Amino acid sequence: MHAESQIREPLIIGKKTYRDISNDIIAPIEGKASKFWYILFTISVLAFMWGIGCLAYTIGVGVGAWGSNNGVDWAWDITNFVWWIGIGHAGTLISAVLLLFRQKWRMAINRSAEAMTIFAVLCAAIFVTLHTGRPWLDYMLFPLPNQFGSLWPNFNSPLLWDVFAVSTYATVSIVFWYIGLIPDFAMIRDRVIKPKMKMAYSLASFGWGGSARHWSRFEEVSLVLAGLSTPLVFSVHSIVSFDFATSVVPGWHTTIFPPYFVSGAVFSGFAMVLTLMIIVRKVYKLEAYLTVKHIEYMNIVIIVTGSIVGVAYLTELFVAWYSGVEWEQYAFLNRATGPLAWSYWAMMTCNVFSPQFFWFKKLRTSIAFTFVISIVINIGMWFERFVIIVPTLCRTYLPSTWNTYTPSFIDVGIFVGTIGMFFTLFLLYSRTFPVIAQAELKTILKASGQEHKELAAQHAHDDHH
Amino acid sequence: MATKQIIHGIYSDEVPLLEGCKSLRASGIRVKEVYSPFPIHGIDPIIGVPRTRLAICAFIYGITGLSLATLMMWYMMISDWPNDIGGKPNWAYYFNIPAFIPITFEATVFCAAHGMALTYLLRCMLVPGARPKNPDPRTTDDKFMIYLELNDEQSKKADEILRSTGAEEVNYKGTIHIEPAY
Repeated sequence: MHAESQIREPLIIGKKTYRDISNDIIAPIEGKASKFWYILFTISVLAFMWGIGCLAYTIGVGVGAWGSNNGVDWAWDITNFVWWIGIGHAGTLISAVLLLFRQKWRMAINRSAEAMTIFAVLCAAIFVTLHTGRPWLDYMLFPLPNQFGSLWPNFNSPLLWDVFAVSTYATVSIVFWYIGLIPDFAMIRDRVIKPKMKMAYSLASFGWGGSARHWSRFEEVSLVLAGLSTPLVFSVHSIVSFDFATSVVPGWHTTIFPPYFVSGAVFSGFAMVLTLMIIVRKVYKLEAYLTVKHIEYMNIVIIVTGSIVGVAYLTELFVAWYSGVEWEQYAFLNRATGPLAWSYWAMMTCNVFSPQFFWFKKLRTSIAFTFVISIVINIGMWFERFVIIVPTLCRTYLPSTWNTYTPSFIDVGIFVGTIGMFFTLFLLYSRTFPVIAQAELKTILKASGQEHKELAAQHAHDDHH
Repeated sequence: MATKQIIHGIYSDEVPLLEGCKSLRASGIRVKEVYSPFPIHGIDPIIGVPRTRLAICAFIYGITGLSLATLMMWYMMISDWPNDIGGKPNWAYYFNIPAFIPITFEATVFCAAHGMALTYLLRCMLVPGARPKNPDPRTTDDKFMIYLELNDEQSKKADEILRSTGAEEVNYKGTIHIEPAY
């Protein structure tokens, strides 16, 4: 057991035993859902249904149902895709990068953050499969033999790299998540009484027994998976940014895109984690494990990544001016002052200005304020992708293709539908899965639990005299 | 034919359990297995769990993924149907390497992660529908168990050690018969 400095605030509040942790994690699974849960679930399912309707309509009549047009051929579809993929990044960052950096506070949030990642990637997948126009031909993206078409897919194209990057990311995230879930499912299996539940969790726990040999392998697998996922976090959004950066469109063809996209992704991901966790800790009474200190840590990540994003915006402007390339200069002038300037300023306000409030300790430890800002950031990050894509495509090289853009009812429907799907899945997850990695949390109870820390402080004091 | 006694020593904390393991080993008793709700750090050398080789597996799977991706892209883009895309012809593999790096990387990670995860699950026999491997269901919650298989002489000694190091319960779970090895 490792000892922790007294200066660090406890990560588990109150007098908790190992059994209390099990009880608190199992309570939402065994208990009945609250009225609030049913209200949220109904709204989410309705939004999801609307989305499915719009999705079916799009498949039926084609992407002409969208607001995209001849000049603006990427619009809400890719905006939403990049937004969802970006949100997913926090999950892997928390579980992989923070594991390598031995940040113990990740243990309370990693499970739900990874769940969020997987659901967000599923939402993103809807947009990439649909935006090809004929989704039933999407198998052409896979390296299949010639009989299916006339050619192999083009491995020089960043769009194909993206297929490999996103599918690797999605599947590796699911595996990482599930490997961690097995011991927790086993705990639930051994605790629940209802036979049907017992059977379900037996099946899900793969017969886990928690022997020392298995734990030793478990830890090795977690560590290596974290090591593999860390470059994956940075590669996926870098490759997504290559979709833009390797094109010759002014405003997209910039080398700053990969780091700028990755920090933006982590920024929006943490905002979404905060939105969800603030609700989860309240609804499932997990305030002892998801403490204000956790929220503060996440807010600090938000200041850092938000400021990197801010610097990237300014660097883009500076380089456009300094490069002396008129096309590039116009692209940025158009974003800030053109017909869609309001979206640019919405992005600037939400992403660069709003996180700066977190420099004040009072604000970054305020739960209500954090909740509001987390939603503001999510909106801001959606606008970032919108600003990169739509105003740029409205004003490309050929003035005869200059155009404006308005989303259609179907565009809005599919987007709202994915938000509905995301929350439907998350709400179902929160009632059936252990929302906190309880086995991991038990390992830090003695080092970071409030009661144990106070006892340790008492001992140190006694020894001194 | 030797008969061995199965003993479950149940603790409610990992620190006395570690002490118990140490004392048992010191008096020459083999700790067959330890079951705990979470990984106990530092237990592996005490009860003699060898270091797992899963990381080496991951490396081998990774190299396999890298090779497969290289072979696939060389065959499809260079050998089978070379194309001149946007004035950038696919003449030779080394010529196109920059464009192939992202997929080579992704395939390496894909194979390393999935290969290792599958190996881990099969090595531990963790498959859907497998019977729970913990002899006492409380060990996934808040109890820690030392699992012993001993002959009568050793059982007495083990019982003493378990109780003196703070085991809450010492349960005798019947006997097993072991064929002597010839």
